[in-house]
Amino acid sequence: MDPLDRYRPLVDDFEAFLDACRRPLPSAVRVNTIKASVERATAALDAEGVGWEQAAWNDRVMTVDTDRPGNTWPYYHGWLHGQEEVSALPATALSPEPGERVWDACAAPGSKTTHLAALMDDRGLLVANDSNLGRLSALRSNAERLGVTNVAVTNQDARNFSLKPFGGREFDRALVDAPCSCEGTIRKNPDALDGWTMDHVRGVAGVQKGILRRAVQATRAGGTVVYSTCTFAPEENEGVLDHVLREEDCRLVDHGLDVDCIPGVTEWDGETYDDSVRKAARIYPHFQDTGGFFVAKLEVGA
Amino acid sequence: MSENDGNRFDRLPATPEDREVEGRASRREIVDWWDERFGVPPETFADHTFWEKGAGKVWIFAGDVDSPVEVEGLGMTFMRTRQEHWKPTTEAVQRFGERAERNVIRLSREEATRFVAGEDQELDWDGDWGYLIAAHELAGGDAPLGVGLYVHGELRSRVPKGRRREF
Repeated sequence: MDPLDRYRPLVDDFEAFLDACRRPLPSAVRVNTIKASVERATAALDAEGVGWEQAAWNDRVMTVDTDRPGNTWPYYHGWLHGQEEVSALPATALSPEPGERVWDACAAPGSKTTHLAALMDDRGLLVANDSNLGRLSALRSNAERLGVTNVAVTNQDARNFSLKPFGGREFDRALVDAPCSCEGTIRKNPDALDGWTMDHVRGVAGVQKGILRRAVQATRAGGTVVYSTCTFAPEENEGVLDHVLREEDCRLVDHGLDVDCIPGVTEWDGETYDDSVRKAARIYPHFQDTGGFFVAKLEVGA
Repeated sequence: MSENDGNRFDRLPATPEDREVEGRASRREIVDWWDERFGVPPETFADHTFWEKGAGKVWIFAGDVDSPVEVEGLGMTFMRTRQEHWKPTTEAVQRFGERAERNVIRLSREEATRFVAGEDQELDWDGDWGYLIAAHELAGGDAPLGVGLYVHGELRSRVPKGRRREF
């Protein structure tokens, strides 16, 4: 059985959804405004004869008509970062300000971290953590190529992350772009569903709950936490939010993203979730010809 | 004087007089070096701190944490000291080299292509020998490519293997 079949009740035009999942993903990049303006980066693409089209919801994100954006001059200079469109949603939703203290709990290989750094104008403190030491080297080299100087890199289990290296002070904002079953990346990785099991979904949901709880605890009252995954599974999305809403002092708020999406689901497989999970966004591949994604925004201690 | 501990990040002392660790560069020497070598104005780095982890490896960081700190990375690698000729990193030159006013060697597109492929090339250059910023024109201005070592009529590419590109 195709694991995606279980989502038939959640998706209105299920055939269009499946068709989109079977098509390869358009090649997309994000302009790294730490090193170049959107105007200069796009002028450099023009000079090389590479066509581009800005995303409707974000002028820093664009699809490009080359399979190898890495082999262009603006990429070499760190003006561009290869990053699929939906991957730019979590940092946009978190919307950090220059000078703030921000935690990226599951940061490697760094696409969202470097996007956060750019939104912070490379000022303030951005703590990029990942439990996997090997993947941290990819994060480090991405951050360096993109000229990020406000990032501190840590290698901890995010579920019991220690603030000690940072004076014990809480963060203004935190991003939990959680490890997940990755169903929404099927267009990029055709074998993404090969090892799919319900046991894995349940197991990874437990990890997600632990990380999101720690992110809420490590963020100051009135601060913001964004939770995102690239999976369709409600167990890993609304189910995780529902758990953390009950266990920690936080609430769902509007995500503020100007994208085509549907609300989070409140009923699934015999479970009922807190009604406020409707404020989350489900993005299906056939909506905007992107990968699949889930994103939710929480306010702490309010 | 104590010795450098390679397992943690230590903030550089403000001046040579404040030095407590043998052979460690000071903030003032780092900033003066960029000014003297490349004409990068000292105020460029007003909001950054400098750190050493690993002997001679200097990192530049925009945030604020207490020193010492045990983390995997702090800002980006900036330059190499504790050797006769200090050497900036490719990333430092790409990020801050646009402000340089001297010791910048401007390459044609063909020369730039060879440079980023890691090739050495014979080029005329009237200025100082040693580490130069290699740049080319891209989209309306100078775009620094990386660090080259100029000696005996030859520009040697110092682009690290992982950053090289074949165009």
